[in-house]
Amino acid sequence: MTDASPPLIPRPSKVYYFGTCVIDACFPQAGLAGIELLQREGIQVIFPQAQSCCGQPAYNSGFPDEARRVARHQLKAFAKDYPIVVPSGSCAGMLKHQYPHLFAHEPDIEEVCRFSSRIYELSEFMVKVLQVRLEDRGEPVKVTWHSSCHALREMAIVPYAKTLLRQLERVELVELQNEQECCGFGGTFSVKQPAISAAMAHDKVNDIMQTGAARVLSTDCGCLLNIAGTLGYRQLNVPAQHFAEFILERTQ
Amino acid sequence: MTANARANILSRLRATTIQGQGPFIVPDAPIIAGLELSLEERIGRLQRMLETMHAEVRVVSAGGWLEELKAMLRARTLNGLLYGPAAPFGPALEGAWEEDLPPLVPYIEPVEQCRERLFNIDAGITSARGAIAETGALILWPSAAEPRLISLTPGLHIAVLDAGMIFNTFAEAIDQQHWLRHRMPANALLISGPSKTADIELTLTFGVHGPKELVVFILS
Amino acid sequence: MTKTADAVIFERNAAKALDDGQLRRNLRSAMTTLSQRRRTLFADTEAFEQLRAQGESIRRRALSQLPALLEQLEGRCTANGIQVHWAETAAEANAICLDILRRHNARRVIKGKSMVSEEMHLNHFLEEQGIEALETDLGEYIIQLDGETPSHIIVPAIHKNKDQIARLFHERIPDAPYTEVVEELNAIARQELREKFRAGEAGISGVNFAVAETGTLCLVENEGNGRMCTTAPPVHIALMGLEKVVEKLRDVPPLLRLLTGSATGQPITTYFNMITSPRRLDELDGPQEVHLVILDNGRSSIYGDAERRATLQCIRCGACLNHCPIYTRLGGHAYGHVYPGPIGSILTPQLEGLDEAGVMASASTFCGACEEVCPVKIPFTEILRMLRNEAYAQGESEHDVKGHGYRYTTVEGLSWKSWALYNTRPGLARIGSQILGKLGQHLPMIGPLKEWTRTRTPPPFAPKSLHQLAQERGLDNDR
Repeated sequence: MTDASPPLIPRPSKVYYFGTCVIDACFPQAGLAGIELLQREGIQVIFPQAQSCCGQPAYNSGFPDEARRVARHQLKAFAKDYPIVVPSGSCAGMLKHQYPHLFAHEPDIEEVCRFSSRIYELSEFMVKVLQVRLEDRGEPVKVTWHSSCHALREMAIVPYAKTLLRQLERVELVELQNEQECCGFGGTFSVKQPAISAAMAHDKVNDIMQTGAARVLSTDCGCLLNIAGTLGYRQLNVPAQHFAEFILERTQ
Repeated sequence: MTANARANILSRLRATTIQGQGPFIVPDAPIIAGLELSLEERIGRLQRMLETMHAEVRVVSAGGWLEELKAMLRARTLNGLLYGPAAPFGPALEGAWEEDLPPLVPYIEPVEQCRERLFNIDAGITSARGAIAETGALILWPSAAEPRLISLTPGLHIAVLDAGMIFNTFAEAIDQQHWLRHRMPANALLISGPSKTADIELTLTFGVHGPKELVVFILS
Repeated sequence: MTKTADAVIFERNAAKALDDGQLRRNLRSAMTTLSQRRRTLFADTEAFEQLRAQGESIRRRALSQLPALLEQLEGRCTANGIQVHWAETAAEANAICLDILRRHNARRVIKGKSMVSEEMHLNHFLEEQGIEALETDLGEYIIQLDGETPSHIIVPAIHKNKDQIARLFHERIPDAPYTEVVEELNAIARQELREKFRAGEAGISGVNFAVAETGTLCLVENEGNGRMCTTAPPVHIALMGLEKVVEKLRDVPPLLRLLTGSATGQPITTYFNMITSPRRLDELDGPQEVHLVILDNGRSSIYGDAERRATLQCIRCGACLNHCPIYTRLGGHAYGHVYPGPIGSILTPQLEGLDEAGVMASASTFCGACEEVCPVKIPFTEILRMLRNEAYAQGESEHDVKGHGYRYTTVEGLSWKSWALYNTRPGLARIGSQILGKLGQHLPMIGPLKEWTRTRTPPPFAPKSLHQLAQERGLDNDR
């Protein structure tokens, strides 16, 4: 990942930023941090105010018509040909890989595929397009990493996020024992199967605690909502933070 | 009832030009290069794989295996050795047998007439038609000459294998032994060790319902 | 949200399983071991990807010509002397078995492991007819002793630990001493079953693959009980779901490797049994009659739909169970149906109807672990999502899954419509997020928020949304 392979696409001067609905409501600072990381690289970031949600909640809950309505709305909000950077593996996966499924039998499928081909998850964009080099200015700290399932499997971008963290010299990354296991969020799953979801979240939190890390980081605020909520409920003082916010904090 | 069931099932399967909205795509299968080991490597790999599965493997010369078999049996207390007189090694076995060895018990009657004996004998010996180096397994084609239960009911199963019949892979064995040109036996078998189970807490233990021991003579 | 009957039962089962610390420990340790073994065997991921592409291709090729292959299989089997029976339902399959057993006067039947027989509830049925059907696979034997059903399709007694089994054997097997030594427990079972094998009047088994080209029934096993059941008694009945057929003998080696490797990380099982005919005239052993029962039981309705058909690719390796974070916490019994875990969650609602088992499709976070390990690349999440769509699809549904629309309520329908409205009207969303920002920490804990906060602190709704902050910072709005 730190190789000298050429960037995925030529460095653009402008990108769209898709903030995601969870970040919008609960973690706006993480969203801003992602924006600043891009701006710092000399990229002009466009934030269409018309954007809302990628549609995944309805898509995964049995309401594809509603998901398509919301998806088409994003297509309109991100109409120009700029790359779209998304600070979430899960939403990026929805936009990039699931939209073509959702629209497979729709007349606007080609437009959808063009839209999907412009999607990049934030760490992927930073490593594979901008080839960012970070300089650590923070105190030594031990952190652990939670891979969201969609970041890990659907988008396969976890190596990029870790590449960035490993550029931070005074950050020690301690892996979880069950890093590949879901934290139990699953969007509406967390409220439709609350008992199972809670059991999974508790196990994840136990795993986080056994690392002795001072923070847990992730690409995905859905998972962080679940993990932070469970940590808080158990009154455990380990912040759960979006990686962009963490990186920005240490490199300013 | 069954005649109807057949017609109904097949017509349901046929009735459907696929609904749903896409065709049912059959992706091309990648061509996978199989193992290509030398004879010596095949013997070595087979031995290693079988031993991992707790089989005992003895690589011996074609002329010397009977003596080694006898030595092995002398060291044990067994109530008999079940075999098929028409097995490839049958006459040689009979010719070489001696008084101080467990008695040779020929399997010559239908199972209905000797069931009790078959379930109580300590050892059985069969030939193997071939073997698979990749996964470690013997190929057995039981027949009238060497019935199925010889390799199943005794606690000790001894198999005799010609090293030349060790193939790289299962697929290669099917091809090179021309399984499709032969009439497949009533019961063809792959055997990779003594019977085993891990059904209790995944703890691997050997010797469940089939043989507790497998000894393989590879004749080179 | 009103809860459907299947959901109420599932949640009760799940709660019970989650509360059972012993069960959770047993499962966690077993599933971790199984997945580690699998990972070790398939450590060369590139080679594994090729192998499973082959597996997928073989299974889809077979399904694409299923009716013709079933006829070919029937023809070859019949020519080989195997008697072939077709059953549309479990009841028909049971009746066929009973008829064969009655003709042979068989009252003591020995059984190898077969999930199809579980689907038929065959043991229970035969018992009612005065026929003893004894499970002989060690795991199956254990749970039969305890009056349970399998909790896993490959390792059926995995929910029990050795202490529990030690007590069970001591209590239920006459003269069995109490021992927690696994080897000794095995020896007790061997001793008990040995006599049963000798005296068994008929044998019943499942089928892992049926080869159309040669009329060969393939059986995978480690213990030798499968060989016993198919070799020692005078009659052998093999039960198969109609999707088990493959085209060629050469299709078997890759599938066998994928099956044993995915299931338990073994390069091969101890025994791979290929049965092509009953005892031949000159032979001394083997059953004089072999019967093959081909069961539909809802599979043909799955077959008709391109997207649903992939469900039938399954080779029943159980890897999806072993890697499923939900199965790992609940075990098989909580699902309340024969097939648990991810494969059960896509198969059961289609076989039995969404109104019976639709809740199983909601028992997934879409984490994709099942899909990642599936040796024949079943698109689990796609099928699960389709089933969720069907659960709410009123009137004519796209995929016509039995019981579709059962879950739809006006309230849930309306709430998703409002959600869509909210997310397509920027004005509405702006007002909404301002309200959330102000009231976020004082929202009433009802509905989803109530479920969420049972074990978590409430979501930290921010005073200002990213939209607002972006605007304040003067970010280009692309206007």
